[in-house]
Amino acid sequence: MSSMLKRALLGAAVLAVLPLTVWAQQSGYPGGAAYPFGTPASKADIDAWDKDVRPDGMGLPAGSGTYKAGAQLYAEQCASCHGAKLEGVRDPNLPQGGGPALIGGRGTLNTPKFKQTVESYWPYASTLFDYITRAMPYTAPGSLKPDEVYALTEFILAEGNIVPKTAVMDAKSLAKVQMPNKDGFYPDNRPYPVKRYD
Amino acid sequence: MNDNPIGEAVTEAEVEKALESDCDCKEGMFPQGRIGTASRRAFLRSGGLLTAAAAIVPVTALAQDASGEAPWSVPGRIAKSDYGSRAPFEKVARLASFGGTSSLTPLQASTGIITPSGLHFERHHNGVPAIDPAQHRLIIHGMVDKPMKYSVEDLKRFPSTSRILFVECSGNSNAASRSASQKTAQEAHGLTSTSEWTGVKLSTLLAQVGIKDGAAWVLAEGADGAMLSRSVPIDKMLDDAMVAYAQNGEAIRPENGYPMRLILPGWEGNINVKWLRRLKIGDKPFMTREETSKYTDLITLTGKARQFSWVMEAKSLITFPSGDMRLPGKGFYEITGLAWSGRAPIERVEVTTDGGKTWALASLQEPVLPKAHVRFRFPWHWDGSEAIIESRATDQTGYVQPTKSFLTAKEGVGPTYHYNGIQSWKVMADGSVSNVLNG
Repeated sequence: MSSMLKRALLGAAVLAVLPLTVWAQQSGYPGGAAYPFGTPASKADIDAWDKDVRPDGMGLPAGSGTYKAGAQLYAEQCASCHGAKLEGVRDPNLPQGGGPALIGGRGTLNTPKFKQTVESYWPYASTLFDYITRAMPYTAPGSLKPDEVYALTEFILAEGNIVPKTAVMDAKSLAKVQMPNKDGFYPDNRPYPVKRYD
Repeated sequence: MNDNPIGEAVTEAEVEKALESDCDCKEGMFPQGRIGTASRRAFLRSGGLLTAAAAIVPVTALAQDASGEAPWSVPGRIAKSDYGSRAPFEKVARLASFGGTSSLTPLQASTGIITPSGLHFERHHNGVPAIDPAQHRLIIHGMVDKPMKYSVEDLKRFPSTSRILFVECSGNSNAASRSASQKTAQEAHGLTSTSEWTGVKLSTLLAQVGIKDGAAWVLAEGADGAMLSRSVPIDKMLDDAMVAYAQNGEAIRPENGYPMRLILPGWEGNINVKWLRRLKIGDKPFMTREETSKYTDLITLTGKARQFSWVMEAKSLITFPSGDMRLPGKGFYEITGLAWSGRAPIERVEVTTDGGKTWALASLQEPVLPKAHVRFRFPWHWDGSEAIIESRATDQTGYVQPTKSFLTAKEGVGPTYHYNGIQSWKVMADGSVSNVLNG
């Protein structure tokens, strides 16, 4: 290769690199340099908030709960909004106007009187555990310990005839629960084809 | 012919008839009072509408009613340094729902495209949290190279972006899918609003933490009592998502996510997670309550439910004249309303004044912004006979807003989310306007 060609190639390479470098210094991203804002999140920071649970069981904590313990907790902390028989309550004096029914409704989803409950509609048991852990009871969200949430999950699923009342709910058994409506969902199929008017 | 067709269209007798008849809305076109109700009556009685000076006479009367003197005969108030408020005559307000889980934007009183922050609709799953911005942090973790946490001040140092965007609850117009029992535009469709949102693009933040191979979903979690969370595909996050800290030129209002929220342009309201505190990158959807038991679209014809239906399809409605108003007499009216689509910019809005027999193009007020409310206008001479007025939006994908019967045939009764059927208002011979089902 001639020295002239080498110089030309080198020049082209420098020209090609230079604008990127300048841009990276100006914007930091995606040219390589990161913005020096924010602080690394520590394991303690993350662990304090990382409570979500997935259908495959990822995120389920240690612990366990029984139907009996769940029934007692339910009566104390849940029944005032969701009803003694998990039938739901509608009362303007309650937060959010009352809580929804948790059981019943199987076989109604394809009727005008559809009733969507944990028993009839929810596709994953993990969602129940996740939601109770983070958002219930309404007046003290996040206050229940893993053993208590396992117990409540066992109680509600047993009342919905999804698991036996004799089961002990823990990370292993919860990930195996098959919900009645697990195949009741499909991905968005819109937009509908709509005829144009011109 | 009189140069002022408004003056000519209304006779004294018609005004008297409108005032005397027994109707909740008899005080004027705007039941919630663009002009105070008592003065509206005075306005009509004074013959304000019948004269060319209509715009001035009642305002003078109002000012005199309030202070006893014409406003120009005494010094006005001096500039104040605190936060401004609207004129004391203005009473337009949000309307809270049963149980206080939401409040509705008064669309019938809207002008232009921006919703004042104080009238932006609300939807909460455990109320509005009281967050001290100095204590608030956003943590980004999961399948990342470098988990990070950001304060509000940290976020404000990044390059910013602003966009005017609608946010619409996917449950908006839910009742309209089944009946015409909702009286006003606010009651029937008030869970949609448009603001200018300012914040940091998610693509910028995700580049800071470094996404690992295989990452496909991001869990977004709020700092409210419901700890509302949704799974968002990472493609959307990298496309046009932002973490917003400002709304209409100031800090986001508490009920809209103070001090920071997720904004996903064109997507259903609840996934624009308010009070955002955590983004967890993963390889699968997390299947939270708000994407399984709620905000999935049960189709009662089949008993199966559509899931991850994020986009809000093209929709429009006439905001004036609309339900529970009364037109004071025949003559000229500017029909106006809002159109929007979460998929593409609005291409056109058509209006019918004969219940759908004939349609004509409405004019679109600039700016026509993608994924924002668009204001349309349509001049109309009302001849005093019964009329059904409707609007129909088309977006640039070619999608046309469907009729109620089209949607009912597709989905059966009770599609509880994403209802975007055409809204019909009926103008009666006495000028009263009501919500009706038409086809």
